[in-house]
Amino acid sequence: MSFVVPKESFNGKVASVDFGKDDKALTIGGDSALPFLSFEGELPNKPVVAYEIQDCPPDDWPDTVREVYKDVSGDPVTWAKYCQDEQGAKAIALRLVSTHPDRGDKSAEEASQTIKDVLAAISVPLIILGSNHIEKDSTVLVAAAEAASGNNCVIGKAQEGNYKTIVAAALAHNHKLIAMSELDINLAKQLNILITQMGFDKNKLITDPMCSALGYGLEYTYSVMERIRLAGLAQNDPTMQPPILGDVGMYVWKVKETVASEADVPEWGSLEERGIAWETLTATSLILSGANLLIMRHPSAIENVGKTIDELV
Amino acid sequence: MALTGVQVFKLLPKTNCKKCGFPTCLAFAMKLAQGGADISACPDVSEEAKTTLGEASAPPIRSFAIGTGDKAPKMGAETVMFRHEKKFVNPCAIAINIKDNDDSLAAKAEEVANSEIDRVGQILRVEAISIECASGDSATYEAAVKLAAEKAPEAALILNCKDAAVVEAAVKAVADRKPLINGATDENAEAMAAIAKANSCPIIACADGLEALSALTEKIKGLGVEDIVLDSGAKSAKEIIVNNTQIRRAALKKSFKPLGYPVINNVIRDNAILEASIASVAIAKYASIIVVSSVEKWKTLALFTQRQNIYTDPQVPMQVEQKIYEIGEPTADSPLMITTNFSLTYFIVAGEIENSKVPSRLAVMDSEGLSVLTAWAAGKFTAAKIAVFIQESGIGDTLTNKELILPGQVAILSGALEDKLGDWKITVGPREANAIPTYLKGRE
Ligand code: SF4
Repeated sequence: MSFVVPKESFNGKVASVDFGKDDKALTIGGDSALPFLSFEGELPNKPVVAYEIQDCPPDDWPDTVREVYKDVSGDPVTWAKYCQDEQGAKAIALRLVSTHPDRGDKSAEEASQTIKDVLAAISVPLIILGSNHIEKDSTVLVAAAEAASGNNCVIGKAQEGNYKTIVAAALAHNHKLIAMSELDINLAKQLNILITQMGFDKNKLITDPMCSALGYGLEYTYSVMERIRLAGLAQNDPTMQPPILGDVGMYVWKVKETVASEADVPEWGSLEERGIAWETLTATSLILSGANLLIMRHPSAIENVGKTIDELV
Repeated sequence: MALTGVQVFKLLPKTNCKKCGFPTCLAFAMKLAQGGADISACPDVSEEAKTTLGEASAPPIRSFAIGTGDKAPKMGAETVMFRHEKKFVNPCAIAINIKDNDDSLAAKAEEVANSEIDRVGQILRVEAISIECASGDSATYEAAVKLAAEKAPEAALILNCKDAAVVEAAVKAVADRKPLINGATDENAEAMAAIAKANSCPIIACADGLEALSALTEKIKGLGVEDIVLDSGAKSAKEIIVNNTQIRRAALKKSFKPLGYPVINNVIRDNAILEASIASVAIAKYASIIVVSSVEKWKTLALFTQRQNIYTDPQVPMQVEQKIYEIGEPTADSPLMITTNFSLTYFIVAGEIENSKVPSRLAVMDSEGLSVLTAWAAGKFTAAKIAVFIQESGIGDTLTNKELILPGQVAILSGALEDKLGDWKITVGPREANAIPTYLKGRE
């Protein structure tokens, strides 16, 4: 018996989505093979990792990741420039945390000003995220889309409860859009259908099936992503062909393993490395299951995921 | 590929002598084909027929354990490419590589012996030690292997040495531990296979690329050794994912026997975080053993957890233990919420309570792993059952005010629950978990 390479080819293809502008623009997706199996299809674009920043100091981030940014995180513009210029960020994700009714309840106008200031200071692509408050996001993200008009940003997240206004705004101002549903392939599909039925181009959509941290439901996110990718490639289901987002940092940097000190849990070893490893392994697992875009926090985790990606392609 | 009863019958002696306990060879053949009998029951069957039958009924990926005892890691027997199709069977074993001339060998072996931790009810450990012959000296190597075996009495041993004479002495020193010999190459296959066969040890077949590897496993098998582990020479993460995927596909989809064995990957890197990351690639993508350079506690915790996530059964909802969980450091005045024991529900609700920074208690009730609405619809999360759980927990005695916060999705239960839990106040909480932080802060 002699060995023959067992190849599988698919009819479907992941959409290519570009964001940002000029020479700093990025493209994700375009895959016609499963992640990193380039021997049987095209994988034209590497997964992209965006640095997460927010519009208020990250008081709720654990020390390991808060300390890194302590000199710059008081101001989103300084923070964004630091990520771009000092850390070499290829993309930045600005989360408008302080618009949340519990976190300062800043107005849509204030958020718009922050976005304009950040956009003026950086040249890499910007991902603009709401505070994950369904009602508030539906006004904040509409204003954000307008403020960022002409910058080809990624805006999110549109969810079942608020997608209509956000989709309309992304459409009007020519942005890419993140559609988020909760860990269910059918919900993801349904939301993508609703959004494209509004006339939104499916090639401008990014799907977020909801992230989970290592040890806290990661297997669900992993399998939902894998199933979305298989549906897009093997079944050629156009509603399952947007590139996939893994919003890793915010799910990781709150679980006990990234917070509990070595004094409290000696059997878990060094807190600093444990936290960084937690974010790294969550992200690495998700690029294996299909994520094309990741949002992460710790520079060392981002660096090691980058090295892993470089080894994988 | 399974044979039919008639195909099996053709291989039997057809004498109907009844020694197998069946009235006819055909009856025995039918039973064999269904997997209800063992070929060894027929004393007269030819060796050739045995081999054919054995191969036909063997699983597509050979299964065996490395080492001896209850803790010997099992490997192989996998049946699918993706974890959502069916549970991945035998979790990837983690091995640390130690050089035979490393002064800290004993300490590192002890680290392996003490690596056990408990995570969500499972005991997890570093399963194996790979002792590398860096000295090139037979006596040094044998002493190192013995020392590692002694310091880590339950670990599986991997003898990482390509010199057959050196391996032979070391195998004899720890023969009772059935070490995994690493390994056979095209050059030394005869000598290594002879050692493996004489000591009933498993062996690693090491070749560059899958074509050479297939030829090598055939050769080793021809020499009488069947417990083979594959080392395809993969070094980069790309080679690991591509080779491991092709190996599993060839075995499962093409019934390609020469690659129907478990896989070992070396993931050693200079940088410890990167090493953990590459290890996680191998764990997710089909490795049965990974070899790392160090087993710091933070690193093994992350790898154990990822392995556990990948190898959980996708068909059985993960459940957490029924009990009252404390989040933060709750006092007698802290709120008490209740939810079901579907692990995802628990993770999301507990995560949002953590986000609120309000110390709280979360009563997690056994609902057979169903989410709140499903459990309610299925009659597993009813007022009567909740009342029994809360009363039996005795939690009321530790609270200043007996108040229970129900998930908003089952607000309908509040009246009945108030009747059943007479002295309790029942409050309806948010419908969605992401509204919990606002809700809890609003109560303060
Ligand atoms: S023992 Fe063998 S030869 Fe005899 S009846 Fe059974 S199968 Fe046939």
